[in-house]
Amino acid sequence: MRAALPLAPSPMLFGLSYGVLAHATGFGSAAAIVMSATTFAGAAQFAVASVFDAGGTVTAAILAAVFLNARYVAISMTVASIFPGGRARRLLESQAIVDESWALSGRRGRFEWPILVGSGLVFYVLWVSSTALGTVIGGVLDDPNALGLDAAFAALFLALAFPYLRNRRGLQAAALAAVITLVLIPYAPAGVPIVAASAACLLGLRR
Amino acid sequence: MRDAWLVVAVVGVATIACKAAGPVLVGRRELPPRLQACVELLAPVMLTALVITQTFGGDEEIEVDARVVGVGAAVVAIALRTPIIVAMAIAALATALVRLAV
Repeated sequence: MRAALPLAPSPMLFGLSYGVLAHATGFGSAAAIVMSATTFAGAAQFAVASVFDAGGTVTAAILAAVFLNARYVAISMTVASIFPGGRARRLLESQAIVDESWALSGRRGRFEWPILVGSGLVFYVLWVSSTALGTVIGGVLDDPNALGLDAAFAALFLALAFPYLRNRRGLQAAALAAVITLVLIPYAPAGVPIVAASAACLLGLRR
Repeated sequence: MRDAWLVVAVVGVATIACKAAGPVLVGRRELPPRLQACVELLAPVMLTALVITQTFGGDEEIEVDARVVGVGAAVVAIALRTPIIVAMAIAALATALVRLAV
Protein backbone atom coordinates (compact mmCIF):
# COMPACT_ATOMS: atom_id res chain seq x y z
CA MET A 1 0.00 0.00 0.00
CA ARG A 2 2.86 2.31 0.79
CA ALA A 3 4.04 2.02 -2.82
CA ALA A 4 0.80 3.70 -3.89
CA LEU A 5 1.23 6.86 -1.80
CA PRO A 6 3.40 8.91 -4.19
CA LEU A 7 0.75 8.38 -6.86
CA ALA A 8 -2.19 9.08 -4.54
CA PRO A 9 -2.92 12.67 -5.70
CA SER A 10 -3.68 11.66 -9.28
CA PRO A 11 -6.63 9.28 -8.66
CA MET A 12 -7.98 11.85 -6.20
CA LEU A 13 -7.86 14.68 -8.74
CA PHE A 14 -9.20 12.43 -11.53
CA GLY A 15 -11.99 11.25 -9.25
CA LEU A 16 -12.86 14.85 -8.42
CA SER A 17 -12.92 15.91 -12.06
CA TYR A 18 -14.87 12.79 -13.05
CA GLY A 19 -17.50 13.63 -10.43
CA VAL A 20 -17.73 17.20 -11.71
CA LEU A 21 -18.00 16.06 -15.34
CA ALA A 22 -20.57 13.33 -14.63
CA HIS A 23 -22.69 15.87 -12.81
CA ALA A 24 -22.38 18.40 -15.64
CA THR A 25 -23.38 15.91 -18.34
CA GLY A 26 -26.55 14.87 -16.51
CA PHE A 27 -25.21 11.35 -15.98
CA GLY A 28 -26.39 11.61 -12.38
CA SER A 29 -24.36 11.74 -9.18
CA ALA A 30 -25.50 8.39 -7.81
CA ALA A 31 -24.82 6.63 -11.12
CA ALA A 32 -21.33 8.18 -11.25
CA ILE A 33 -20.47 7.02 -7.73
CA VAL A 34 -21.82 3.50 -8.30
CA MET A 35 -19.92 3.33 -11.59
CA SER A 36 -16.67 4.31 -9.84
CA ALA A 37 -17.32 1.54 -7.32
CA THR A 38 -18.14 -1.19 -9.85
CA THR A 39 -16.32 -0.33 -13.08
CA PHE A 40 -13.27 1.28 -11.42
CA ALA A 41 -11.54 2.22 -14.67
CA GLY A 42 -11.08 5.95 -15.19
CA ALA A 43 -10.65 6.16 -18.96
CA ALA A 44 -13.82 4.17 -19.71
CA GLN A 45 -15.84 6.20 -17.22
CA PHE A 46 -14.62 9.45 -18.77
CA ALA A 47 -15.45 8.01 -22.19
CA VAL A 48 -19.05 7.35 -21.12
CA ALA A 49 -19.36 10.89 -19.74
CA SER A 50 -17.85 12.26 -22.97
CA VAL A 51 -20.38 10.39 -25.16
CA PHE A 52 -23.25 11.47 -22.88
CA ASP A 53 -21.99 15.06 -23.01
CA ALA A 54 -22.06 14.97 -26.82
CA GLY A 55 -25.62 13.63 -26.80
CA GLY A 56 -24.65 10.13 -27.98
CA THR A 57 -26.76 7.01 -27.52
CA VAL A 58 -26.58 4.51 -24.67
CA THR A 59 -25.29 1.86 -27.08
CA ALA A 60 -22.45 4.09 -28.25
CA ALA A 61 -21.49 4.91 -24.66
CA ILE A 62 -21.49 1.23 -23.65
CA LEU A 63 -19.50 0.07 -26.69
CA ALA A 64 -16.89 2.82 -26.33
CA ALA A 65 -16.34 1.91 -22.66
CA VAL A 66 -16.29 -1.85 -23.21
CA PHE A 67 -13.84 -1.60 -26.14
CA LEU A 68 -11.63 0.64 -24.03
CA ASN A 69 -11.67 -1.84 -21.15
CA ALA A 70 -10.97 -4.81 -23.39
CA ARG A 71 -7.32 -3.96 -22.77
CA TYR A 72 -7.79 -5.42 -19.28
CA VAL A 73 -8.11 -8.86 -20.86
CA ALA A 74 -4.53 -8.47 -22.12
CA ILE A 75 -3.34 -6.80 -18.91
CA SER A 76 -4.89 -9.41 -16.63
CA MET A 77 -3.29 -12.19 -18.69
CA THR A 78 0.16 -10.74 -17.89
CA VAL A 79 -0.44 -11.05 -14.14
CA ALA A 80 -2.63 -14.19 -14.19
CA SER A 81 -0.02 -16.37 -12.47
CA ILE A 82 0.64 -14.16 -9.42
CA PHE A 83 -2.85 -14.45 -7.88
CA PRO A 84 -3.10 -17.02 -5.05
CA GLY A 85 -6.18 -18.83 -3.76
CA GLY A 86 -9.37 -20.15 -5.29
CA ARG A 87 -11.44 -18.77 -8.12
CA ALA A 88 -13.72 -16.61 -5.98
CA ARG A 89 -10.75 -14.96 -4.30
CA ARG A 90 -8.99 -14.41 -7.62
CA LEU A 91 -12.16 -12.93 -9.10
CA LEU A 92 -12.40 -10.45 -6.22
CA GLU A 93 -8.71 -9.54 -6.12
CA SER A 94 -8.45 -9.20 -9.89
CA GLN A 95 -10.70 -6.13 -9.57
CA ALA A 96 -7.71 -4.32 -8.03
CA ILE A 97 -6.17 -4.31 -11.51
CA VAL A 98 -6.09 -0.79 -12.91
CA ASP A 99 -3.45 0.74 -15.18
CA GLU A 100 -1.66 2.40 -12.26
CA SER A 101 -1.59 -0.59 -9.86
CA TRP A 102 -0.53 -2.87 -12.70
CA ALA A 103 2.32 -0.54 -13.72
CA LEU A 104 3.45 -0.16 -10.09
CA SER A 105 3.40 -3.90 -9.42
CA GLY A 106 5.72 -4.58 -12.35
CA ARG A 107 8.29 -1.91 -11.61
CA ARG A 108 10.89 -4.38 -10.28
CA GLY A 109 10.92 -6.36 -13.48
CA ARG A 110 8.43 -9.01 -12.33
CA PHE A 111 4.85 -8.62 -11.16
CA GLU A 112 4.29 -8.59 -7.40
CA TRP A 113 0.90 -9.53 -5.97
CA PRO A 114 1.10 -7.53 -2.68
CA ILE A 115 1.84 -4.30 -4.57
CA LEU A 116 -0.86 -4.92 -7.19
CA VAL A 117 -3.65 -5.63 -4.72
CA GLY A 118 -2.46 -3.20 -2.02
CA SER A 119 -2.04 -0.19 -4.30
CA GLY A 120 -5.22 -1.14 -6.18
CA LEU A 121 -7.15 -1.02 -2.90
CA VAL A 122 -5.72 2.42 -2.05
CA PHE A 123 -6.60 3.75 -5.52
CA TYR A 124 -10.09 2.24 -5.21
CA VAL A 125 -10.92 4.01 -1.96
CA LEU A 126 -9.52 7.32 -3.26
CA TRP A 127 -11.31 6.98 -6.61
CA VAL A 128 -14.77 6.27 -5.17
CA SER A 129 -14.58 8.89 -2.40
CA SER A 130 -13.24 11.64 -4.65
CA THR A 131 -15.93 10.87 -7.28
CA ALA A 132 -18.54 11.46 -4.57
CA LEU A 133 -16.87 14.74 -3.58
CA GLY A 134 -16.64 15.78 -7.24
CA THR A 135 -20.38 15.37 -7.82
CA VAL A 136 -20.96 17.72 -4.86
CA ILE A 137 -18.54 20.31 -6.26
CA GLY A 138 -20.12 19.87 -9.71
CA GLY A 139 -23.44 20.92 -8.23
CA VAL A 140 -21.91 24.27 -7.27
CA LEU A 141 -20.26 25.06 -10.62
CA ASP A 142 -22.46 26.71 -13.25
CA ASP A 143 -20.74 25.83 -16.49
CA PRO A 144 -17.63 23.64 -16.19
CA ASN A 145 -16.92 24.10 -19.91
CA ALA A 146 -16.31 27.82 -19.36
CA LEU A 147 -13.34 26.63 -17.28
CA GLY A 148 -12.04 24.63 -20.23
CA LEU A 149 -13.01 21.28 -18.69
CA ASP A 150 -13.82 19.88 -22.16
CA ALA A 151 -10.26 20.53 -23.36
CA ALA A 152 -8.88 19.14 -20.09
CA PHE A 153 -10.52 15.79 -20.87
CA ALA A 154 -9.16 15.79 -24.39
CA ALA A 155 -5.74 16.33 -22.76
CA LEU A 156 -6.39 13.42 -20.38
CA PHE A 157 -7.23 11.00 -23.21
CA LEU A 158 -4.19 12.23 -25.12
CA ALA A 159 -1.86 11.71 -22.16
CA LEU A 160 -3.25 8.19 -21.62
CA ALA A 161 -2.75 7.38 -25.31
CA PHE A 162 0.78 8.78 -25.43
CA PRO A 163 2.74 5.77 -24.09
CA TYR A 164 1.13 3.56 -26.76
CA LEU A 165 2.23 5.88 -29.56
CA ARG A 166 5.93 5.23 -29.04
CA ASN A 167 5.84 2.08 -31.13
CA ARG A 168 5.06 2.13 -34.83
CA ARG A 169 2.02 -0.14 -34.69
CA GLY A 170 0.36 1.89 -31.97
CA LEU A 171 1.02 5.08 -33.89
CA GLN A 172 -0.36 3.69 -37.17
CA ALA A 173 -3.49 2.33 -35.52
CA ALA A 174 -4.04 5.64 -33.70
CA ALA A 175 -3.60 7.61 -36.92
CA LEU A 176 -6.14 5.41 -38.70
CA ALA A 177 -8.55 5.82 -35.77
CA ALA A 178 -8.13 9.61 -35.95
CA VAL A 179 -8.95 9.61 -39.68
CA ILE A 180 -12.03 7.38 -39.23
CA THR A 181 -13.31 9.61 -36.42
CA LEU A 182 -12.75 12.88 -38.32
CA VAL A 183 -14.44 11.53 -41.46
CA LEU A 184 -17.50 10.25 -39.55
CA ILE A 185 -18.12 13.20 -37.19
CA PRO A 186 -20.11 15.23 -39.76
CA TYR A 187 -22.26 12.25 -40.81
CA ALA A 188 -22.81 9.98 -37.83
CA PRO A 189 -24.60 10.62 -34.52
CA ALA A 190 -22.40 11.42 -31.52
CA GLY A 191 -20.55 8.42 -30.15
CA VAL A 192 -20.77 6.38 -33.34
CA PRO A 193 -17.45 7.70 -34.78
CA ILE A 194 -15.67 6.54 -31.62
CA VAL A 195 -17.12 3.04 -31.86
CA ALA A 196 -16.38 2.85 -35.60
CA ALA A 197 -12.77 3.86 -34.95
CA SER A 198 -12.30 0.64 -33.00
CA ALA A 199 -11.98 -1.08 -36.39
CA ALA A 200 -8.47 0.40 -36.55
CA CYS A 201 -7.34 -2.25 -34.05
CA LEU A 202 -7.66 -4.81 -36.87
CA LEU A 203 -4.25 -3.55 -37.99
CA GLY A 204 -3.07 -5.97 -35.30
CA LEU A 205 -3.97 -8.85 -37.64
CA ARG A 206 -0.99 -8.04 -39.83
CA ARG A 207 2.17 -9.97 -39.09
CA MET B 1 -31.48 8.86 -16.05
CA ARG B 2 -32.51 5.22 -16.59
CA ASP B 3 -30.04 5.27 -19.49
CA ALA B 4 -27.19 6.05 -17.13
CA TRP B 5 -28.02 3.06 -14.90
CA LEU B 6 -28.11 0.75 -17.91
CA VAL B 7 -24.61 1.93 -18.85
CA VAL B 8 -23.41 1.50 -15.27
CA ALA B 9 -24.71 -2.09 -15.16
CA VAL B 10 -23.47 -3.29 -18.55
CA VAL B 11 -20.07 -1.61 -18.45
CA GLY B 12 -19.60 -2.70 -14.83
CA VAL B 13 -20.22 -6.38 -15.56
CA ALA B 14 -18.09 -6.28 -18.74
CA THR B 15 -15.17 -4.60 -16.96
CA ILE B 16 -15.26 -7.03 -14.03
CA ALA B 17 -15.18 -9.89 -16.55
CA CYS B 18 -12.24 -8.37 -18.48
CA LYS B 19 -10.17 -7.87 -15.32
CA ALA B 20 -10.94 -11.38 -14.07
CA ALA B 21 -10.18 -13.03 -17.42
CA GLY B 22 -6.49 -13.62 -16.69
CA PRO B 23 -6.48 -14.58 -13.00
CA VAL B 24 -9.69 -16.69 -13.09
CA LEU B 25 -9.03 -18.52 -16.35
CA VAL B 26 -5.39 -19.05 -15.42
CA GLY B 27 -3.86 -22.25 -16.69
CA ARG B 28 -5.91 -22.20 -19.85
CA ARG B 29 -4.26 -21.28 -23.10
CA GLU B 30 -3.41 -17.67 -23.83
CA LEU B 31 -5.06 -15.56 -26.52
CA PRO B 32 -3.88 -16.34 -30.06
CA PRO B 33 -1.06 -13.88 -30.92
CA ARG B 34 -3.01 -12.03 -33.63
CA LEU B 35 -6.06 -11.55 -31.42
CA GLN B 36 -3.74 -10.43 -28.61
CA ALA B 37 -2.23 -7.82 -30.96
CA CYS B 38 -5.71 -6.49 -31.79
CA VAL B 39 -6.70 -6.27 -28.12
CA GLU B 40 -3.48 -4.40 -27.34
CA LEU B 41 -4.23 -1.85 -30.07
CA LEU B 42 -7.75 -1.18 -28.76
CA ALA B 43 -6.62 1.21 -26.02
CA PRO B 44 -4.62 3.65 -28.20
CA VAL B 45 -7.30 3.46 -30.91
CA MET B 46 -10.21 4.27 -28.60
CA LEU B 47 -8.27 6.95 -26.74
CA THR B 48 -7.30 8.65 -30.00
CA ALA B 49 -10.92 8.64 -31.17
CA LEU B 50 -11.90 10.24 -27.87
CA VAL B 51 -9.21 12.92 -28.23
CA ILE B 52 -10.58 13.78 -31.69
CA THR B 53 -14.27 13.92 -30.70
CA GLN B 54 -13.51 15.78 -27.49
CA THR B 55 -11.42 18.33 -29.43
CA PHE B 56 -13.32 18.77 -32.71
CA GLY B 57 -16.73 17.26 -32.04
CA GLY B 58 -19.73 19.54 -32.56
CA ASP B 59 -23.37 18.90 -33.30
CA GLU B 60 -22.70 16.46 -36.16
CA GLU B 61 -20.05 18.77 -37.55
CA ILE B 62 -16.39 19.47 -37.03
CA GLU B 63 -15.92 22.55 -34.87
CA VAL B 64 -12.62 24.32 -34.52
CA ASP B 65 -12.76 26.51 -31.43
CA ALA B 66 -10.90 27.39 -28.22
CA ARG B 67 -10.46 23.70 -27.40
CA VAL B 68 -7.85 23.36 -30.15
CA VAL B 69 -5.63 25.90 -28.39
CA GLY B 70 -6.01 24.07 -25.09
CA VAL B 71 -5.26 20.64 -26.57
CA GLY B 72 -2.31 22.10 -28.51
CA ALA B 73 -0.89 23.41 -25.26
CA ALA B 74 -1.44 19.98 -23.71
CA VAL B 75 0.48 18.28 -26.54
CA VAL B 76 3.50 20.45 -25.70
CA ALA B 77 3.08 19.75 -21.98
CA ILE B 78 2.81 15.99 -22.49
CA ALA B 79 5.82 15.96 -24.83
CA LEU B 80 7.76 17.72 -22.05
CA ARG B 81 6.66 14.88 -19.73
CA THR B 82 4.70 16.95 -17.26
CA PRO B 83 2.39 14.94 -14.97
CA ILE B 84 -1.01 14.23 -16.59
CA ILE B 85 -2.87 16.43 -14.15
CA VAL B 86 -0.61 19.40 -15.03
CA ALA B 87 -1.23 18.86 -18.75
CA MET B 88 -4.98 18.83 -18.03
CA ALA B 89 -4.74 22.06 -16.04
CA ILE B 90 -2.76 23.74 -18.85
CA ALA B 91 -5.36 22.64 -21.41
CA ALA B 92 -8.21 23.96 -19.26
CA LEU B 93 -6.46 27.24 -18.54
CA ALA B 94 -5.51 27.92 -22.18
CA THR B 95 -9.05 27.12 -23.36
CA ALA B 96 -10.68 29.24 -20.65
CA LEU B 97 -8.41 32.19 -21.49
CA VAL B 98 -9.26 32.01 -25.20
CA ARG B 99 -12.99 31.82 -24.37
CA LEU B 100 -12.60 34.83 -22.11
CA ALA B 101 -10.77 36.79 -24.79
CA VAL B 102 -13.05 35.99 -27.74
